[in-house]
Amino acid sequence: MASENRPLSPHLQVYRPQITSILSIIHRLTGVTLAAGALLFACWILAATYGEDAFAFAQRMLGSWFGQLVLLGFTFALFYHLGNGIRHLAWDAGWGFEMDKLRVSGWIVVLFSLLMTCVTFIAAYTAAGGT
Amino acid sequence: MQHRSALDKVRHLGSTHSGAEHWWSERLTAIALVPLSLWFVYSAIGLTGADLAEFKAWIGLYGNPVLLILFIFCMFHHGHLGVQVVIEDYVHNEQVKFLAIISTKFVAVLFGTASAFAVLQLTFRI
Ligand code: HEM
Repeated sequence: MASENRPLSPHLQVYRPQITSILSIIHRLTGVTLAAGALLFACWILAATYGEDAFAFAQRMLGSWFGQLVLLGFTFALFYHLGNGIRHLAWDAGWGFEMDKLRVSGWIVVLFSLLMTCVTFIAAYTAAGGT
Repeated sequence: MQHRSALDKVRHLGSTHSGAEHWWSERLTAIALVPLSLWFVYSAIGLTGADLAEFKAWIGLYGNPVLLILFIFCMFHHGHLGVQVVIEDYVHNEQVKFLAIISTKFVAVLFGTASAFAVLQLTFRI
């Protein structure tokens, strides 16, 4: 068997979008997004070691409208990936791989991530004192 | 009907040659990241708009430096293992794939170590 031109996954062109496949690709997208977020996290915590001004600058950037938009994206990505990650772990343990359960657990993850994103932002605005 | 490929057909066709360990580490760090990332989001909410003094006061709280370093380790470890899988799926050129995976590992170790060291620095330096 030739190992050079083996087909590699996935073949999105020939795959009809379904709730299961869409949720799956979002898991991948959010995973890569979070990996980028880890780099941003590193910059944030490193800024604190550079002193008062650097950290104030980082906090101001994150608090700007653009920074908030980015954080909104990361927050949703985290809650989606976390919820769907638990779904993945359940499958690994052998639970929930039937079609009906897949659909239900998928929608639960979507609702969970939207809800938790809202809760987080409301809590953050409250913590910031309504600014 | 046989549902599994014969072993001699699949030998040496794996993309990482160390799949089981990779898979297991990805799951273990995922499990650890459930409480760790929830804790981090909860903490980050409290740090909205904080200045450096408030940030250091939070880092200095009992338990926080350890949780932060665990979060950093699991996040970068899990993240780089995950990105490696994505690269293996989409990058078909062997040389480019090799370079991309190595770069991912270097970036993860660099940023992870720098972050963990920053936590120690912020904890112990007044
Ligand atoms: C906090 C930072 C996190 C980062 C940077 C991250 C990153 C990633 C990346 C890049 C992937 C690869 C995606 C793919 O192969 O399609 C992945 C996969 C995975 N993640 Fe995360 N993740 C994080 C948190 C979590 C959490 C909290 C869980 C909780 C259960 C989790 C569970 C999983 C699982 C089970 C997979 C494997 C999915 C598969 O087999 O395709 N991750 N993650």
